[in-house]
Amino acid sequence: MKKKSALAVTAVGAALALGLSACGGGGASQSQGGGESAAAKHTMNAALENVFNPSDKKGGTLKMAISEDWDSIDPGDTYYALSWNLIRIYGRPLVTYNPAPGAKGRELVPDLAESLGTPSDDGKTWTYKLREGVKFEDGTPITSKDVKYAVLRSLDKKTFPNGPTYFNDWLDLPKDFKSVYETPDVNTDQAIETPDDRTIVFHLKKPFGGFDNFAALPSTIPVPKDKDTGTKYREHPIASGPYMFETVQTGKQYTLVRNPHWDPATDPIRKALPDRYEIYLGVNADDLDNRVISGDLHVDLAGTGVQPAALGRVLSDPQLKERVDNPTGARTWYIPIVPDVKPLDNVECRKAIIYAADRVSLQQAYGGEFAGGEIATGLMPPSIDGWKRIDLYPTGTGDLEKAKEALAKCGQPNGFETTMAYRSDRPKEKATAESLQQSLARVGIKLNLKGYPTSDYFTLYFGKPSFVKENGIGLGTHGWGADWNDGFGFMSQITDSRTIRESGNYNISIKSPEIDKLIDQANEETDKAKRDELWAQVDYKVMEEAFVLPIVWSKSVLVRPTGATNVFVTGAFDMYDYLNMGVA
Amino acid sequence: MGTYIIRRLIGAVFMLIVVSMVTFSIFFVVPRLAGATPMDMANRYVGRAATAEIVADQAERLGFNDPLVVQYGRWIAGVFFGAEYDTGAGVEQCPAPCFGYSFITRQPVWPDLMDRLPVTVSLAVGAAVLWLIGGIATGVVSALKRGSLFDRAAMGVALAGVSLPIFFTGIASLVVFSYGLGITAPGGSYTPFTENPVEWAYNMILPWTTLAFLYAASYARLTRAGMLETMSEDYIRTARAKGLPESKVIVKHGLRGALTPIVTIFGLDFGLLLGGAVLTESTFSLNGVGKYAVNAIMKNDLPQIMGVTMLTAFFVVIANLIVDLLYAVVDPRVRLS
Amino acid sequence: MTEKTSEQAAPTGGGQGGPPTSFLEVRDLRIHFPTDDGLVKSVDGLSFKLERGKTLGIVGESGSGKSVTSLGILGLHKGGRARISGEIWLDGEELVSASIEQVRRLRGKKMAMIFQDPLSAMHPYYTVGDQIIEAYRVHHDVSKQVARKHAIEMLARVGIPQPDRRVDSYPHEFSGGMRQRAMIAMALCCDPELLIADEPTTALDVTVQAQILDLMRDLQRDFNAALIIITHDLGVVAELADDILVMYAGKAVEYGPAEDIFERPEHPYTWGLLGSMPRLDREPTERLMPIKGTPPSLINVPPGCAFHPRCGYTDRTGGRCNTEVPELVPTAPGHLVRCHLGVPERRAIWENEIRRNLEST
Repeated sequence: MKKKSALAVTAVGAALALGLSACGGGGASQSQGGGESAAAKHTMNAALENVFNPSDKKGGTLKMAISEDWDSIDPGDTYYALSWNLIRIYGRPLVTYNPAPGAKGRELVPDLAESLGTPSDDGKTWTYKLREGVKFEDGTPITSKDVKYAVLRSLDKKTFPNGPTYFNDWLDLPKDFKSVYETPDVNTDQAIETPDDRTIVFHLKKPFGGFDNFAALPSTIPVPKDKDTGTKYREHPIASGPYMFETVQTGKQYTLVRNPHWDPATDPIRKALPDRYEIYLGVNADDLDNRVISGDLHVDLAGTGVQPAALGRVLSDPQLKERVDNPTGARTWYIPIVPDVKPLDNVECRKAIIYAADRVSLQQAYGGEFAGGEIATGLMPPSIDGWKRIDLYPTGTGDLEKAKEALAKCGQPNGFETTMAYRSDRPKEKATAESLQQSLARVGIKLNLKGYPTSDYFTLYFGKPSFVKENGIGLGTHGWGADWNDGFGFMSQITDSRTIRESGNYNISIKSPEIDKLIDQANEETDKAKRDELWAQVDYKVMEEAFVLPIVWSKSVLVRPTGATNVFVTGAFDMYDYLNMGVA
Repeated sequence: MGTYIIRRLIGAVFMLIVVSMVTFSIFFVVPRLAGATPMDMANRYVGRAATAEIVADQAERLGFNDPLVVQYGRWIAGVFFGAEYDTGAGVEQCPAPCFGYSFITRQPVWPDLMDRLPVTVSLAVGAAVLWLIGGIATGVVSALKRGSLFDRAAMGVALAGVSLPIFFTGIASLVVFSYGLGITAPGGSYTPFTENPVEWAYNMILPWTTLAFLYAASYARLTRAGMLETMSEDYIRTARAKGLPESKVIVKHGLRGALTPIVTIFGLDFGLLLGGAVLTESTFSLNGVGKYAVNAIMKNDLPQIMGVTMLTAFFVVIANLIVDLLYAVVDPRVRLS
Repeated sequence: MTEKTSEQAAPTGGGQGGPPTSFLEVRDLRIHFPTDDGLVKSVDGLSFKLERGKTLGIVGESGSGKSVTSLGILGLHKGGRARISGEIWLDGEELVSASIEQVRRLRGKKMAMIFQDPLSAMHPYYTVGDQIIEAYRVHHDVSKQVARKHAIEMLARVGIPQPDRRVDSYPHEFSGGMRQRAMIAMALCCDPELLIADEPTTALDVTVQAQILDLMRDLQRDFNAALIIITHDLGVVAELADDILVMYAGKAVEYGPAEDIFERPEHPYTWGLLGSMPRLDREPTERLMPIKGTPPSLINVPPGCAFHPRCGYTDRTGGRCNTEVPELVPTAPGHLVRCHLGVPERRAIWENEIRRNLEST
């Protein structure tokens, strides 16, 4: 799942930091903290494991903003973490993540469905029963057919190119089905059955134990067929949650008001506190930070932390630092080591790179301990269920002896030369490449650095195997965040060698039949604990084969809103939970 | 005069077509020449987990598989005759002038641009008024009191104004005036003039001032230089010899003479601004044409890029024409031909 | 540098200290400009007088201070950096000590000026009519229509054909001669009593020059104005001027009736000017006798007689020329000369060396 990267040219950031520290020091003390209960005292990380300022007070307008825009508010066409978090205020998927702080937030709870899915013995059929009395914003009752239609329409990637493809890949669809629009008359019961208005049954091509995570995808949010306008549905998605769209101004602003047909009796997880949501799009990122700090806005919707300009100020002002939450996200920044490029086809040469790298310097390149993250020892981040620490390589400033040993075993005792790609418009990645260039030079490995534009990085350059091979690109910068926080949600897209295609790949270096086999085993496993264990093995294998050099498990510096209630960082998205936040 | 304008207008249309071809080439042809396949192009507009099939579907939907001439022809035909777009659930009409459909937001580009234009026009007009008044007044006084404390201070500030980037002055002034003192509107505030002119002005005052400061600086320098030159002209001595009061000598004879180059530069500056005050709009989170352009480029949204380029080019071409016409009005010695 | 400042030589008498009887009287006028390089003494102790209906020609090379003098009389150096001292009496009113506003009211009305290059001296962006109307309305509270009628009359008066149409033309649409006529119309539109013409014909063709000079003579007679003609060309003032004042380095070097200056000049500089004067009554192929050297810097005026570095007769005064500033003293009634050469000697040089040379060829 995409997380908006906190990018800003560092020079700009530095200039602003200067300006702000000179003239904006008063911002924090001006918080509109009047509404917070006496017990709610800001301390650093107060909202990581606990609910900050809990309340059931209704009313008020919750103001959110984001510096750009996200892909879509159409539940069938969205792939951003913030969107999956936010979408639940206007849409109800079959199941969703428990609105609770920390790891409890990763638990799945039934939402539109009465309970979690019931699998068949072979794990290929999953059945859900909808709650009674749930209605759309126009008062029409929601039936299982609306859920089926919603899932089926999201399969049309020509119309909805943004969303994930899990249902496309796993549902047992008839061969002649193309899309709900092109082939509306094809019987799709072999994929999804709706025996009655409240029951929905999913049939998979092969067993999948973690299907409840699919049922939590926004594409299970019901869509009434007669209101579906294809690409234009995003101009007004029909609400099933407690709020509905009042205005949609693409790229500018969304406002949501209460949905009169939402019945709290059907919804045990939502508090639905604010009367109104105002969501501003395209707000200048530095201005946005300042407004959150001053209390003019509640939340930066992106949930990836403050810009470099505000970072220094937030971490150095003791009063502001109290308002910081510093969660570790389900995101790893790493460097694939491409075995297609000689001499990296030899595992020892790949290991030499990991041994020789200065891991501390790489952490600094990503922003250090708070803004960058913890030095990663494996590909999988610790917030993924089943994670185990892997201690195959040192995490200090590099072990040159071992690196030289590995080089000798590889038959390149004097080192070798290779090319490293990075996204030239991302200063952190440039710094990363330069850091690695220096540390590898210590053992005679010479890196040629090549920058490529972000927009085409995966489509034309580092994600295109033919280009990588032709240009002898052995290393590159890369980062990945989980679609959801389990092994499948994080690892499946970046470790399965069978998904590698002509271009636009995110798995660049991990090619191992053994790993592919482990993935198949994990998918078939319906027991969650065993499944998690198998994904941990995949992680171990990746490191053992030295397919990647992990850098950091990313952390973000979030500024806790003033004037908001029920503030906590949910373990499902590693940002503030948007489902139950209220206005103080 | 009439034939001159017609001739220039025809030239302008030709010019715009050339601009459209160049823009199209930069964003459509160059990647292809660099080795990108239609699939690679389509890959920019699909989700993270898109399969090869999905990418192929997108390439087809967005028309990347057609020869480039056909793609350009389709675009230009849309501009003149309108076009139709597949929404999945049906077909949507995009009446002429249809500058295409965003690959990303699925919105037709033209209404989006027209929706954002008032913001940009508001910004440009207000700022222009401020910077003309401020810049010219400062320049005149500086020139008349050359070497004085005022002159040196004003020119120092002008240098700072030209050098300081808007994303610095803008963010700093927001922090001070909006979040600190609370006397101006926060970033992103905009009320259409037609809804509430007072609120419109209140919301715009900070962006206006910030943008005007930048331009006022260069206009002050320009005016000062122009005034120094004209005030030493013979006709100024004549005006004084007639017994005209000094104020009249300065304004009616001096400033009038110094104004010609300012009119020219103003026309071009203003035309360019109408195409989007990129930095100001981004800094103050104003949803104008400039921010639209930035967004389009960041997301590689080709139809949006084409649309916004054409709009900017249109304003610049028109501004050029108006400047030329105005030049003939301002300076009777100029003949249009 | 020290020098004598008692330059009290008024050519035709007249009392000092009180209001004069003449229409225009300039007494010991000094106009100095402080600059970064030093003090520029553009006009340094100049005195002359002029009656209504009479014409004074001020002659000198560029940089001799003649234009500064005229602008000084008009008060155009007031309020600037210039340091002005002395007295300028115009019709019983002293202008040096008068306020800026007082002088402004006189300017264009009681005294007016005709400038050298009418193309640059008229504003290119306004029509000729507008500029005349403006000049008229500054001093007369009349409607635009009335002023316009007056402007057309003035244009007719100076001999511009179809004045009702030409009134709406821009200066660049006029020929050089027509422009100068328009300039004269503008200067005359408020019926001035003192008219200063600064090189009025320099920028014009020779034939047009004559027409303009004729026009000015006619107009002066009609208006009965006092006229000052400033020129570097003695030929221009030969037929027009009653008196001639020859300036060099900010000072008068010879001043007297026109006849004296042409027939009996006594200053070597005047001789030089006569020698370099192209005359219509002589063959154009003949050699002129230009003055060698260049005019002095007005910051570092040569000690003694400012003209001595260019003068061919310095050896005849025993070195006085190099050290002592000569006084402007009468040599004949109404004729003043500033030279160390003895009077008989000068006259002898003129008769025997210069005049013969001028006429023999």
